[in-house]
Amino acid sequence: MAMVSGPYGLPEDGDHSMTWFRHGGIPAFVLRRLLLGVLVLALVSVVVFIATQALGDPAQALLGRDATPERLAALRQELNLDVSPFEQYLNWLGGLMQGSLGDSLTTQRPVADLLSGRLVNSGVLVLCAAVVSIPLSIALGSWAALRREKSVDTVSSNLMLVFASLPDFVVAVLLVIFFSTTVLHVLPAISPVPPGQLPWNNPAILILPTVTLVMTVVPYIARNMRGSMIEVLESDFVEMARLKGLPERVVLIRHALPNAIGPAFQSIALSLAYLAGGIVVVEYAFNYPGIGSALKDAVANHDVPVVQALAMLIAAVYVVVNLLADIATILVTPRLRTRL
Amino acid sequence: MKTQQQTSEAVTTAAVRVKDLSISTTTGIQVVSDVSFDIAAGEVLGVVGESGSGKTTVGLALLGHTRSGLRITGGSVLVGGEDILDLQDGDLRRKRGSVISYVPQDPASSLNPALRIGVQLREVLEAHGRGNRRENEKRIAEMMREVALPDDPKYLARYPHELSGGQQQRIGLAMAFANRPRLIVLDEPTTGLDVTTQATVLSTVRDLAAAHGVAALYVSHDLAVVAALARRVAVMYAGRIVEVGPAENLFKSSAHPYTRKLVAAIPRLSGGRALLGIPGHAPSPGQRPPGCSFAPRCPMHLAACDEEVPSLVPVGEGHSARCIRAHEVVKQLQVSVADRVDAENPDANEAVLTLRDVVARYGKVEVLHSINLTLGKRECLAIVGESGSGKTTTARSIAGLHHDWSGSVLLGDQELETAARSRSRESRRQIQYIFQNPYGSLNPRKTVGESVGQPLSIFGIAKGVEADHRVAEMLEQVSLSASYSRRYPDQLSGGERQRVAIARALISSPSVLICDEVTSALDVSVQAAIVDLLGKLQHEIGVSMVFVTHNLPLVRSIAQKVAVLADGNILEYGDTAQVLTSPQQSYTRQLIANTPSLETTTRASGLNIG
Amino acid sequence: MSTTQETIARLEGAATPTPPVRSSTLLARALRLWRTRIGALFVLLLVIIAIFGPYVAPHDPSEFITLPNTPPQGNAVFGTDYLGQDVLSRFLHGGLDLMVTAAVSTALGLLLGIAIGLVAGYSRNALDDVLMRAMDVMMAFPQIMLVLLAVSLVGPQKWVVIASIVLTTAPRVARVARGAALPVIERDFVAAMETMGQSRIRIMTGELLPNILGPMMVEASLRLTYSIGTIAALAFLGLTSDPNAPNWGTMIQQNRIALSFQPWGALLPIIAIALLTLGTGLIGDGIARTAAGIDRKRDNG
Repeated sequence: MAMVSGPYGLPEDGDHSMTWFRHGGIPAFVLRRLLLGVLVLALVSVVVFIATQALGDPAQALLGRDATPERLAALRQELNLDVSPFEQYLNWLGGLMQGSLGDSLTTQRPVADLLSGRLVNSGVLVLCAAVVSIPLSIALGSWAALRREKSVDTVSSNLMLVFASLPDFVVAVLLVIFFSTTVLHVLPAISPVPPGQLPWNNPAILILPTVTLVMTVVPYIARNMRGSMIEVLESDFVEMARLKGLPERVVLIRHALPNAIGPAFQSIALSLAYLAGGIVVVEYAFNYPGIGSALKDAVANHDVPVVQALAMLIAAVYVVVNLLADIATILVTPRLRTRL
Repeated sequence: MKTQQQTSEAVTTAAVRVKDLSISTTTGIQVVSDVSFDIAAGEVLGVVGESGSGKTTVGLALLGHTRSGLRITGGSVLVGGEDILDLQDGDLRRKRGSVISYVPQDPASSLNPALRIGVQLREVLEAHGRGNRRENEKRIAEMMREVALPDDPKYLARYPHELSGGQQQRIGLAMAFANRPRLIVLDEPTTGLDVTTQATVLSTVRDLAAAHGVAALYVSHDLAVVAALARRVAVMYAGRIVEVGPAENLFKSSAHPYTRKLVAAIPRLSGGRALLGIPGHAPSPGQRPPGCSFAPRCPMHLAACDEEVPSLVPVGEGHSARCIRAHEVVKQLQVSVADRVDAENPDANEAVLTLRDVVARYGKVEVLHSINLTLGKRECLAIVGESGSGKTTTARSIAGLHHDWSGSVLLGDQELETAARSRSRESRRQIQYIFQNPYGSLNPRKTVGESVGQPLSIFGIAKGVEADHRVAEMLEQVSLSASYSRRYPDQLSGGERQRVAIARALISSPSVLICDEVTSALDVSVQAAIVDLLGKLQHEIGVSMVFVTHNLPLVRSIAQKVAVLADGNILEYGDTAQVLTSPQQSYTRQLIANTPSLETTTRASGLNIG
Repeated sequence: MSTTQETIARLEGAATPTPPVRSSTLLARALRLWRTRIGALFVLLLVIIAIFGPYVAPHDPSEFITLPNTPPQGNAVFGTDYLGQDVLSRFLHGGLDLMVTAAVSTALGLLLGIAIGLVAGYSRNALDDVLMRAMDVMMAFPQIMLVLLAVSLVGPQKWVVIASIVLTTAPRVARVARGAALPVIERDFVAAMETMGQSRIRIMTGELLPNILGPMMVEASLRLTYSIGTIAALAFLGLTSDPNAPNWGTMIQQNRIALSFQPWGALLPIIAIALLTLGTGLIGDGIARTAAGIDRKRDNG
């Protein structure tokens, strides 16, 4: 990004073009980031399109091996596959802008209908996981940093390491074994949500999937938080705050925490973005009808429009979440603000 | 417990009384031993020492604070009659910032980057009982005026990174004096500041301390700065005070061989003397010899020195030294070795390097405006300036490390390309560069031998056994034994690493050596040794040198010609002796005036050292 | 080095003898920690099972022993799976594929990622921006999702799996490699090589690469852990080229149903994968701790 000052702290003069855009403070920054996000989404859409439509042949995939050329041609025409790939891309993009996600190849019904219920389900699950894991990991990370090298820190670090290493479906199945089938029998092994119903009608089914997701995400954020907290606690300005005679409480809350939390925002953003797409395995493990399992089914059935829609959705989540994290970091780090 | 008599004694005679302070690591290794001194109200006591002497540790201990891994094991610190070391957490905290304050070395990292400076100033008042908002605002405005900073709310709303280094340090001073403490510990607060800014900060410290009757402990490695500020000085070596006394006596007629050597290593503006380093290096904690710690490096060493640690021997009014031959030492005259720098140089007129109208840029900003310089054969040209003057840019442009420049740089009569990569192999070989930071200029994954030998393979000069021979030879020439060849950089001290860097630069027999602040990160005695080495090598090998530095007196000890740079322009250019004794420009005059030196301070008190 | 010497090294700039740090030494030192040893033990154990398992399996993995989902008995030490095949034999056959695929794809992903990261970081110009934006786009999707897409579109062939893991690992490695290389690039010994006119490639391989080996080794074990997880998850989701071949991932999915009365069909492979990933995770953590300890000492010298 453009710098306001030169190498000696002297202001650069001469470049008056786009002054507000470059140096207009936080609103301009948000706009710049939004535009960048749109650019990323545009690039992603090209990649997704190429990957799904240009590489595979949906007509062939749908009709199978022994489809006759006439039937293939007819289907292709029906699916608008007979125009150039570039035109197909524009059609699709145009449709996206207008809110139409196309029709599912399997069910012949609008993709939006198919996904809306599932979106809510996944959304609820991710929300539960986020609400539990974010405060938990910040608290755990800070506490471990404060009690550094003592037993609390060692135990929690090791626990975090264990859960960070295990693949999420392993955690899921282990949890099921422990709480559902073999050791205890208190929680349901699968979490189906009948269509038309909402997930919280039967909250018990949310527990194990949420716990699995939490255990996947917390170690990453907590370790980050611990690391940045330790760095801050050992910094010169925290030492100086103590030497000024400030009460420890003030040192921790006013001096340490705001400086330590910045990096944590990045890891929170990455984790949320991960949850959006990585949820596929957990949903499958628990038979939970969310966008993850929708993706899996669509992929298995070569249902191209659904796959495309989901891919764009997940990419959009990534962009939005990163933007929010960037804004939050800027707010906590005044040093970056003056460059804007 | 202190007796009534001791306590009242402490109150009447000295504001601060430190007795037998001992600090060791948590595993039991002694770091600081038997440190005792007094400071009267309004007095500044200087504590000087090189790295590893324990001076910073002592400074922090006066606040009852140690860095992790250290523990105060004995002694007392009496401030206003109370022993700081006896206090528990809450009481200790109440003393910090109010009765005893600390001014840290690096102002930029000691201020919270996420808090406005007004908030950081206010909290030191609030933490010690002053809760009234309006009163605090008035108090803060007063504090800011005391340190010559603007007192308006807009300025107070700034964040630390929006202030310059000097301004940040003055905020540090304001915070330290805010609660009218009895004792202030200043830990090298002017390191990294410009000479001019440094002068301002020092005078602020002096004025405030005198005005409010505050006792001050000024820790530094820079004897000249301490001499300008402190009436009494204590010299530390290997965790002990080896000499303490009035500043003039200490520097004019030191009673300890280490102090003498230290004083001899300090560059003089008047020149005429070679700088001498001290062979060997200070022992690390845990490796201190049973007797006097300085004995292994001492020119006056006797067998008796190794038997037990000498106690402080009084040699004059308030002046004592930890040496069994102190009385002899104090009577010695200062011996000067003739300066190589002023020796005749018949080749000087043959130009080895010429800069003509060199203009350099960083992006859109022009940082060098038409530089013209010549470097003669076997000559050393110093480029002096404060930070931001463009001296490093000049050096890097000559070497081709900085590409964005125009004009001509001629090696002999051959014009050089702007970037090193575009130059011919021969041109690259002829110009070698030595960097400032000894800890960054050597690849930690390569042995000394591999690093020094690399130019031989890059320039196709030698390989295999012959290369190894040359490496060994070069190491000897920089006074490192050939066995260093197998060591890694993290096994070497800063001075040794710089020697390796010098060896690497000279092994390809260049005609021009560019030294970029090569001694700025080193202790005074180590600096003297390196400068001495460079001078010796210049004579033996006949290489020409460009010596970039901000240290004006140092120039006198190494360079025949000097160019004074400011804001990208050469203000003065000529013979070193001439420029420094009769400068033409007011900028140069100011620079010289603001540079603390032992000569000016001792001359002021009527005594002549130089 | 002990804490004492740490403190001493920190207190002063004078020389304190420290053992030289090279990558082989880093690994050797890391192995002094208990956690690294335990991790290495786990990995070794499972590698042995995977390689030698097929030779000691009591039955052919596709042989029908007895009724499906029978608990442990006579000739089936761990019972039978959902088709009636011997769980133990299938387990012994089911690990090699996973490990080899994971190792190969991680290695290639690392090479590619390190190359991109070093080139981007050292170029210090527009190339850096372009490369990193490209990496950003690749990282907009979680790894599993991209692998899923690739496999479903082209097919569950081995090369597809490997390629998609390489293409999703490389950007992440590139990010870390670049981040680790940037402070090294700032250091003067790189500039020293530039003044001498050393070629860019030589600088990247001779000066930069050896100095980022620590973080790269940590990243390697992290990536290996993820790769194993992703490949196993693919099998769990049923996306393998041969659903009937013995495979730890598919075994878990296939035998999940019988968890309440015949857990071994899913439990054995679960434990194996768990121990394997724990092992690689512990090794990585051990290396990270050793490297951090060394860096702390070195920076203060």
